[in-house]
Amino acid sequence: MLGNLIQQTVNALTIGAIYALIALGYTMVYGVLRMINFAHGEMFMLGAYVAFLLLTMLIGDVGAAGAIALTAAFVVAIFVVGIIGVGIERVAYKPLRNSTRLAPMLSSLGVSLSLVTGIQILAGPQPVAFPSFFPSVRYEVLGGTVSSVQIGILVAAFALMFGLHFLVNRSRIGIIVRAVSESRPTAQLLGINVNGAISMVFFVGPLLGAAGGILYASYYGIMSPTMGAVIGLKAFTAAILGGIGSIPGAMLGAFILAFVEVGGTALLPVVTHGVLGTEYRDVLSFAILILVLLVRPAGILGEAVSEESIVYKREF
Amino acid sequence: MSAAGTLTATRPRSGRAVSFLFFAIALALIVATPFLPNYYVRVINSLLIYILLGIGLNIVIGYAGLLDLGFVAFYAVGAYSYALLASPQLDLHWPFLLILLVAACLGAVTGILLGIPVLRLRGDYLAIVTLGFGEIIRIIINNMDWLTGGPKGIARLDKASILGIQVARPIDFFWLLLVTVLVAGVLVWRLERSILGKAWAAIREDQDAARGIGINTTNAKLAAFATSATIGSIAGAIFAASQRFVSPESFTLQESVLIVLMIVIGGIGNILGIVAGAAILMLLPEVLREFAEWRILFLGLLMIFLIIVRPAGIVPRSFGPDKLIRRLFGK
Repeated sequence: MLGNLIQQTVNALTIGAIYALIALGYTMVYGVLRMINFAHGEMFMLGAYVAFLLLTMLIGDVGAAGAIALTAAFVVAIFVVGIIGVGIERVAYKPLRNSTRLAPMLSSLGVSLSLVTGIQILAGPQPVAFPSFFPSVRYEVLGGTVSSVQIGILVAAFALMFGLHFLVNRSRIGIIVRAVSESRPTAQLLGINVNGAISMVFFVGPLLGAAGGILYASYYGIMSPTMGAVIGLKAFTAAILGGIGSIPGAMLGAFILAFVEVGGTALLPVVTHGVLGTEYRDVLSFAILILVLLVRPAGILGEAVSEESIVYKREF
Repeated sequence: MSAAGTLTATRPRSGRAVSFLFFAIALALIVATPFLPNYYVRVINSLLIYILLGIGLNIVIGYAGLLDLGFVAFYAVGAYSYALLASPQLDLHWPFLLILLVAACLGAVTGILLGIPVLRLRGDYLAIVTLGFGEIIRIIINNMDWLTGGPKGIARLDKASILGIQVARPIDFFWLLLVTVLVAGVLVWRLERSILGKAWAAIREDQDAARGIGINTTNAKLAAFATSATIGSIAGAIFAASQRFVSPESFTLQESVLIVLMIVIGGIGNILGIVAGAAILMLLPEVLREFAEWRILFLGLLMIFLIIVRPAGIVPRSFGPDKLIRRLFGK
């Protein structure tokens, strides 16, 4: 029982850490642009594909890659995806910055569609086996099994999140990004480089998303062009749950969602005597999301924006 | 409205030519359809279904200004109404018109059920809750195997017949859909110009001001959700009857998004815009069929391009059906 509990907790933490990396991208973009970036799930997918491509170019046989090659591929891939993210913002969202609020969202849908089909054309639509980035060793902890892959993912994800925390709260770039997020017009009046801040967000968000994608693909040992859609939606849900626009909120939401999912998978059939099977766990996640939004529309940690504010007028 | 009005008024010649072109293409298509091979008739039918869905969703998005990303839920309600009431699944074989009525009522009820909890929400939050609602409906359909057949769906649906006339061939559905689209189009267009439509416009422009001048925003929003859901549900029932097969595959989030895109690309809040948007998003992939997967890539890029070039849509909001008619008959 205790072993099972530990194992499920570690499972939830692992998947939660991956959700958190992706949710951060959604929340940061929303913070500065008030825009839902539907193409963000594709950054997650691109991360895995770029890393795979780099490994193939580097050493031909992907399965035999050593630790140095893997680390190098990881670092280079996330930076490449970050740069792609900045490029996409320039081309597809920047021209729409003063347009209606719906326009950039729909443009991001176009980006998402183009990226998925682009990868399908280049790499084929079928799923591809992905190498593990960590040596696979299993440890017995109080009767539960914890794999080194999970520990590796947790360490990598928390290192990245700590890095982000430092960047946002302790660095000059972070101050600029937070200022723009607070109020774009005011930041502009104060002479802050708003475009620079937005580019920064579109660099860091996809970078974290790509890291999530590589970790996810190496956790499950597989990647596919459409992998971003479902996980993207989950991470987005997490961001909303925690309070979109809030960085700690995204992380909290991601872990809550992961625990609800893992707990739901384990408990739903037992609690309902088999009436609702594990397949209803996504219904549970969405139901919790809707309940939270109805009670607290700004999410758990989101700032309670006055609903009657100027922001919400003239959306379409 | 006035700004765009003067814009078109300064160049009536080109406006008139465009109107005639639009009208001529529509008329030619209607006349030619009975002589086309079945495959093309099916394509045109799916175009008409999307126009119908667009007309429905446009009430919530274009008129009342509420972003609904879960519209397929209502489409699914209609489709599964037909699938359950006219198939061996529950061994029920109700007549088509009766099911249409049931589907319309069920659609309205679901619309209000969704509407009540989300009344307090605005903007993005509304979009997200409706998205979650759509997903919940799809997951439930996917998993209630004993009722809906789960992912396998329901096959062998009855052939539809209206007052003894069988509606089974694609061309029969073409006429049925054409009539439905025209009726829905005219009704909704009149509705937009009614007092309710003006209440929707007021909510869209400024909800607080609308409430301030005494509009019951709750009722107006619920009416928008109910009308839109009814149309979506009817479209679903006709879709199920024409396919004679339903499965959860047809009711994904992508489908909702596609309908929203259709409206935005065509011209939000405008029935003519929906027709244009549907034509681009539905017919283009057909025209480019030989390019296989490249066409989807092209569609995605075109989407970005069109939104950047014309964020308000191809057809301006002010250029509605009334303008088209006035242009045609030279006033």
